[in-house]
Amino acid sequence: MVVSEAPRIVTSRIGFEDSHTLVRYLDTGGYTGLRKALTMTPEAVAAEVDGASLLGRGGAGFPAGRKWSMLRKGPIPYLVVNGDESEPATFKDHLLLEKDPHQLVEGVVIAAYALQVARVFIYIRGEFALGLERVQAALNEAYAQGAVGRDIFGSGFSVDIVVHPGAGAYICGEETALLESLEGKRGYPRIKPPYFPAAIGLYGEPTVVNNVETMSNLPWIITNGAAAFTALGEGRSTGTRLFALAGQVRNPGVYEVEMVKTTFRDLIYAPVLGGGVLHGRELKAVIPGGVSAPWIGPAQLDTPLGQDEVAALDTMLGSGSIVVMDETTCMVRAAWRITRFFWRESCGQCTPCREGSGWLEKILRRIEDGVGREADLDLLMDTCDNLAPGVSWPPQQTTICVLGPSIPSSIASAIRMFRDDFLVHIKEGGCPHG
Amino acid sequence: MSHLSAETLGRARDLVALYPHRRSALIPLCHLAQEQDGWLRPEAMEEIAGLVGVTPAEVLGTASFYDMLHTEPVGTYVVAVCTNIACMLRGAYELLEHAEDHLGVRAGQTTADGVFTLEDAECLADCGRAPCLQVNHRFFGDVTPEGFETLVADLRRGALDGEVPHHGTLLRVRRTGGLQVEPSRVEAERAASAGAAAGRANQGGKG
Ligand SMILES: Cc1cc2nc3c(=O)[nH]c(=O)nc-3n(C[C@H](O)[C@H](O)[C@H](O)COP(=O)(O)O)c2cc1C
Ligand code: SF4
Ligand code: FES
Repeated sequence: MVVSEAPRIVTSRIGFEDSHTLVRYLDTGGYTGLRKALTMTPEAVAAEVDGASLLGRGGAGFPAGRKWSMLRKGPIPYLVVNGDESEPATFKDHLLLEKDPHQLVEGVVIAAYALQVARVFIYIRGEFALGLERVQAALNEAYAQGAVGRDIFGSGFSVDIVVHPGAGAYICGEETALLESLEGKRGYPRIKPPYFPAAIGLYGEPTVVNNVETMSNLPWIITNGAAAFTALGEGRSTGTRLFALAGQVRNPGVYEVEMVKTTFRDLIYAPVLGGGVLHGRELKAVIPGGVSAPWIGPAQLDTPLGQDEVAALDTMLGSGSIVVMDETTCMVRAAWRITRFFWRESCGQCTPCREGSGWLEKILRRIEDGVGREADLDLLMDTCDNLAPGVSWPPQQTTICVLGPSIPSSIASAIRMFRDDFLVHIKEGGCPHG
Repeated sequence: MSHLSAETLGRARDLVALYPHRRSALIPLCHLAQEQDGWLRPEAMEEIAGLVGVTPAEVLGTASFYDMLHTEPVGTYVVAVCTNIACMLRGAYELLEHAEDHLGVRAGQTTADGVFTLEDAECLADCGRAPCLQVNHRFFGDVTPEGFETLVADLRRGALDGEVPHHGTLLRVRRTGGLQVEPSRVEAERAASAGAAAGRANQGGKG
């Protein structure tokens, strides 16, 4: 098994006890990317990011450079950083926020300079008390160093960065809900079009929204150049990516690996990475890309971890989370728990999502409890069809945001891959797994 | 007579000043009020409404959308056990059941002495240490049933007071720089930090 020896782009300092401090950051090349960026024109910085073809790391995988260029025609008042990370089993931004907040701050200032934005809000999931404190402490140090604030490093460029805490709502990770939340309202996703907050964003003004990991790549890209970044990975998937590996695996954790050069199998089984399935059991299924993504089975493990390679399996890399389920896992229970999550987190604006999620949860619950009927399987699929007609991938959208149409992913995967699991529950009147 | 203390009010006004529109400070102010009172009291919501320029009903309507904002009293310690998929695969429900037995309450309830509120939480983004939980939003990972009992005992005797502040306290680090801060103060901080860096250089250390 070959694990690529790619440079660590965003996790180079993670091993240090004091990785979050300015002293460590400066000792390890911190803020050189920003100093270099400030000697370039904003257009040149944006072109470098575009050249790196850095795909957004928040879930949708849209190229950051392209998003920026759609906006750079007029003035952009706001940059908003998405640090709301709440997609189940995703925990990479959590790591970056706590362990390398200066890298995030530097990336944000580079982006602000390229976009000539004067005001940035870093929206951080409210539950990340330590992450909030670490980013605020890093900002305080950065202001004192002149790396943020007025006339940064004597360049004449000024930007103000505000840390904004969320308050516990998964849906606020969706960028338009996040903007509503930042405006002091309920986190209701906005009706699209407009498709991007580009035109009508925060306070109705053009706004760029980017993920924490996306921003954290910028110091390295500017320091080393776009060519060094595109030399890693393959095709559309350039650079490295963080994968949050969880579930029934020996060494769960966040791993930075080169895109495309690593497969699901490498990540799960390599001794220096996942180390194999827990207790040496057999693997039953894997949830790639967060719980919104359709599952894959043992036969697909040799697929490279790349945007298009995984899309070819009719699923997605999404939020960079990978959950391993072993042979002892009850797939009815797994599908039920994921559906329960969506039901609890649906914002309630759209009927198919609000009602459908509740129905699906109840039906799955009764199958798991041994009081389901065989007709329930069709009922589940019909209800899924109402949420995402055809139950295909990517899902057809019937609702304001994609939370609703994502609900069928796990249910349809479980039924298609493990129909017998469901039938056993129904015939034997209970869960064989206890 | 203001319900929010002078200190809370001062911090609240500083927060409001950070945003182009006052209403953006609504959620941060709710966190501040929770830090003062442990939960979001109606009197606090009235004052927040005044500070951000909306009605008290709008504050309640917004706050009720968010899981972290409690419009009813909660315990000194809110214990949130994650039961989402990655934790479930590693024993989260067994942990939650144990927690219910040990504390004598069901998820969603508060112990009679008002010390603990137990919650059945969604993914806390610490899945690498499943099963995990938070106490007042501070993380504890790889929690075993025995570990849970020790944690509860430690909290009860105040052994974790430094790590786990009372419920509602989110950021203990105050913002000290920024364009909304007096430029003279920023200058003074820069000079001080340049001085400190020079000091380190003199000692042969790296700055
Ligand atoms: C239901 C839902 C939840 C989302 N949650 C997050 C999140 O927690 N963090 C994040 O960065 N993006 C999240 N996204 C994606 C954002 O809408 C947006 O695409 C992203 O922040 C853009 O940043 P990027 O281009 O740098 O990836 C979510 C999307 C949806 C539909
Ligand atoms: S799909 Fe669901 S979460 Fe998204 S806006 Fe509609 S009701 Fe809200
Ligand atoms: S599933 Fe429990 S912390 Fe993520």
